[in-house]
Amino acid sequence: MAGAKENIDRDTIEQVEQIDVEKYKYGFATDIKSDKSPIGLSEDIVRFISAKKNEPEWMLKWRLDAYERWLTMKEPNWAKLNYPKIDLNEIYFYAAPKSTPGPKSLDEVDPELLETYKKLGIPLLEQAVLAGVEGAKIAVDAVFDSVSVVTTFREELAKSGIIFCSISEAIKEHPELIKKYLATVVPVTDNYYSTLNCAVFTDGSFVYIPKGVRCPMELSTYFRINEINTGQFERTLIIAEEDSYVSYLEGCTAPMRDENQLHAAVVELVAHKNAEIKYSTVQNWYPGNKEGKGGIYNFVTKRGDCRGDNSKISWTQVETGSAITWKYPSCILRGDGSRGEFYSIAISNNYQQIDSGTKMIHLGKNTSSKVISKGIAAGFSDNTYRGLISAHKKATNARNFTQCDSLLIGDKCGAHTVPYIEAKNASVVFEHEATTSKISDEQLFYCQQRGLNAEEAVALIVNGFVRDVIQNLPMEFMVETQKLINISLEGSVG
Amino acid sequence: MSNMLEIKDLHVKVEDKEILKGVNLTIPKGETHAIMGRNGSGKSTLSYVMAGKEGYEVTKGEILLDGENILELEPNERAVKGLFLAFQYPIEIPGVATMTFLKAAMNAQRKARGEEELLTPDFMREVKSAAKMLEIDSAMLKRALNVGFSGGEKKRAEILQMALLKPKMCVFDETDSGLDIDALKIVSQGVNALRDANRSMLIITHYQRLLNYIVPDVVHVFSNGRIVKSGDKSLALELEEHGYAQYDESI
Ligand SMILES: Nc1ncnc2c1ncn2[C@@H]1O[C@H](COP(=O)(O)OP(=O)(O)OP(=O)(O)O)[C@@H](O)[C@H]1O
Ligand SMILES: [Mg+2]
Repeated sequence: MAGAKENIDRDTIEQVEQIDVEKYKYGFATDIKSDKSPIGLSEDIVRFISAKKNEPEWMLKWRLDAYERWLTMKEPNWAKLNYPKIDLNEIYFYAAPKSTPGPKSLDEVDPELLETYKKLGIPLLEQAVLAGVEGAKIAVDAVFDSVSVVTTFREELAKSGIIFCSISEAIKEHPELIKKYLATVVPVTDNYYSTLNCAVFTDGSFVYIPKGVRCPMELSTYFRINEINTGQFERTLIIAEEDSYVSYLEGCTAPMRDENQLHAAVVELVAHKNAEIKYSTVQNWYPGNKEGKGGIYNFVTKRGDCRGDNSKISWTQVETGSAITWKYPSCILRGDGSRGEFYSIAISNNYQQIDSGTKMIHLGKNTSSKVISKGIAAGFSDNTYRGLISAHKKATNARNFTQCDSLLIGDKCGAHTVPYIEAKNASVVFEHEATTSKISDEQLFYCQQRGLNAEEAVALIVNGFVRDVIQNLPMEFMVETQKLINISLEGSVG
Repeated sequence: MSNMLEIKDLHVKVEDKEILKGVNLTIPKGETHAIMGRNGSGKSTLSYVMAGKEGYEVTKGEILLDGENILELEPNERAVKGLFLAFQYPIEIPGVATMTFLKAAMNAQRKARGEEELLTPDFMREVKSAAKMLEIDSAMLKRALNVGFSGGEKKRAEILQMALLKPKMCVFDETDSGLDIDALKIVSQGVNALRDANRSMLIITHYQRLLNYIVPDVVHVFSNGRIVKSGDKSLALELEEHGYAQYDESI
């Protein structure tokens, strides 16, 4: 395989050298060994990425088809978001880390990368795993600028037949699973950003849990965006076969950036009969500075398919970062008796904009869903919950409970709740509760009277406000989340 | 410095209306004083101004805590210096377990004083013994602070916080209201246990009964925004008998 890749690299370089005058047309001006694709987007860039990933022909074709479709699509504008148009010709669609061959063990991992993890505040436990400390049992599939750099504990997982690898690797090693499942939850033509992702996704994670297996550890991935102006297009696919269970953690941090960065990931989950998938995210990408300059644009499509009877998918998200967030982790409740859950904390400060929520699509009988959303807006930010609960004609006895609470800090921010409900049969029971509150001067004064300063007081009150959701997070995320909340609300009072 | 608190000619306006009209009050270290007065005479206002609540305009006068003028300090800075106010109406903090709140408050004060954070076992030990003294059961400590607490439970939770924060100047705004007789005894015992030579207390109350349990060194009568008479504990008995009418015109 490596030989083939080198051949492509060499061919390309030679080709480019020969047709020097036309290099702008093909966009191959850069050495293909370079860690970056040429700037902008074109069919050639799609080919470049596919070649870079050493993908089989069918995958390239799949990408090109998606690219064709994408060319006919328009950017959605229904969300309550306001941002300057993204110029895709100003973005690098592919960037690889400096180290060329994948490290065989942790000893081979660039110490600078480990140092970076430390600075990013990755919990000690995970750091220990990265440092190879015995007994620290969390598998970390680290995604560093779109390419998997290190994958640990794979052998141990493999013993129970679990596959946990990068999606590029899965495309090569498990094409039958990829062909069977890819884009079956989020169709290729689902939306502008997801279709774009199909064409240019660079990497992401793949998880396969075989029948009857309970994944013995939390699977976690750390994303980090490093290169300036690099669009990030991750793609994750998780499949839980009958009677299996998996809990997956996704956490992201990014260093200070001045340029807006586009991030358009796609996550697909498939739960077969009696299977359960828990997917938890802590997202704290760079939100831009106090004046609203810079920051990440996070346009994500996350969807789970409860394909089998009595299957369960639960999403828990903590959104504190990004300049703009457009994100609706959803569940398709196809199997009878299947269950979907969505627990969300979305914090916006300064000039951040969040439009997030969920869709619970009840298709099967006796399906149930639960939505707990806690939105916190401070500064000049805008925080919208947008939710759809729908029940199909056949979804008899579908149940939903939605609790949607907003907390405002200061009077220059906004919180909005946009719930859509569609019930196509009479046996459905959908309950919706919504509250909007402010941190009162009385509460602040009371806390201050006990010695907390204004910022500590706000953090404490906010932590109380989100308690219902925090309790659903895996242990290692709880502490991190509480810290994150404090950091994200810095400067929101006073 | 032998005075813990000195309030000198304090004038305070709320929304352009003068509420405090020249309060003078000195509490020496180790003493417990009581303030009694009609509804609306400005007692709570005085306590809020001491604690630094926003919305009150001090037009004249000063407040010295242990010799230091505190009027320019933030409420939390005053708290760190040892001022504690037991609220007439304690505020609900949804989702924050009482235990969590106690720890946050104690550590915030320690941090502000440059001390180490409390270790969890030490904290637990302190909370347990204070809770035991006030007959607060551990289930209550797990509940969100003041949310759904009965009137009496709220007042006990205030004293629990005071016991743990160990302030040097304690102000109680009608801590006795809403307490049944047994609770009144328990709370009074809790307060008495904290009385010592380096701690002063100011008790705002409408009822002489509390002062049977927490015996004050001085009783002040508050009327129309100032202290109009001071005396020993017998003044409270006299007030109970004759009411405030005699002080109304003594302005
Ligand atoms: N924020 C405010 N705005 C307007 N008026 C106020 C405000 N706060 C207090 N007051 C007025 O100031 C006066 C004194 O109120 P305060 O609460 O201090 O009385 P009090 O002596 O504590 O009464 P009580 O015994 O009923 O507790 C009252 O007339 C009250 O209405
Ligand atoms: Mg009062």
